Amino acid sequence: MGIFYFVAFLSVFFALMTIFTKNPVHSVLYLVITFFTFTVHYILLNAQFLAVVNFIVYMGAIMVLFLFVLMLLNLNKDTEPMKSTLVKVMGAIAGMCLLATFLGAFRVLEGQNEYVTGNTDVGLVKNLGKVLFDEFLLPFELSSILLLTAMIGAILLAKKETKQG
Amino acid sequence: MDSIIQNIQGIPLNHYLIFCSVIFAIGVIGVLIRRNVIIIMMSIELMLNSVNLLLAAFSAYRGDASGQVFVFFVMALAAAEVAVGLAIVIMVYRNTKSVDIESLSKLRW
Repeated sequence: MGIFYFVAFLSVFFALMTIFTKNPVHSVLYLVITFFTFTVHYILLNAQFLAVVNFIVYMGAIMVLFLFVLMLLNLNKDTEPMKSTLVKVMGAIAGMCLLATFLGAFRVLEGQNEYVTGNTDVGLVKNLGKVLFDEFLLPFELSSILLLTAMIGAILLAKKETKQG
Repeated sequence: MDSIIQNIQGIPLNHYLIFCSVIFAIGVIGVLIRRNVIIIMMSIELMLNSVNLLLAAFSAYRGDASGQVFVFFVMALAAAEVAVGLAIVIMVYRNTKSVDIESLSKLRW
């Protein structure tokens, strides 16, 4: 039971480090650690499929993509012009207001002391695959079209423009 | 594995709600206070992930697999979003030699 609170603390700490570190490369590395703690959370929830997918897709693919772009643009130094202190304080206050709104809303939520017990095998690959390819077959196929569109769009956007166009 | 599963039993659902909203608020603050476009996109990833975790927590809580399938779709969407977003960042950098979000303020006019 203590594991959840420890990992949650680590997640919050590294998420804060992500947004407050000046060097973009350090920021990406902290985000990778944050996502790793999220993987631990998925394992604690017994969502094994999501844990593996989170590990491979987020930590493997997406973070490497971020790191590649940072290295490609040669941004691995503290070149970022920071916003003025006033704007920073206002941003932080706005975020805290959002958080306060959330917490206030949760206070009136029913069932405050219900526990996450969980059907222990709902997150296994076998069960998830049955649901995914039965009820959610159409959205699954549509998401493949979405990924294809994103791939073509990314290539078209990042391609150097020729004179003829 | 069973001992790990035993660990999660006894965490109130409210604590998951609070934890995920804290992470979400950190993402919002990151979008508001940073000027580097890439770090803003990373903050958006943070927000997406917090919502994913909350969906998985509710799914485990209700014993319903639909929530976890939805997380899977959100992950596919996030991958597509990152690919297109980073392509746009590269294009902007090629034209303005900067990843500062202020360099896009011309789009207002």
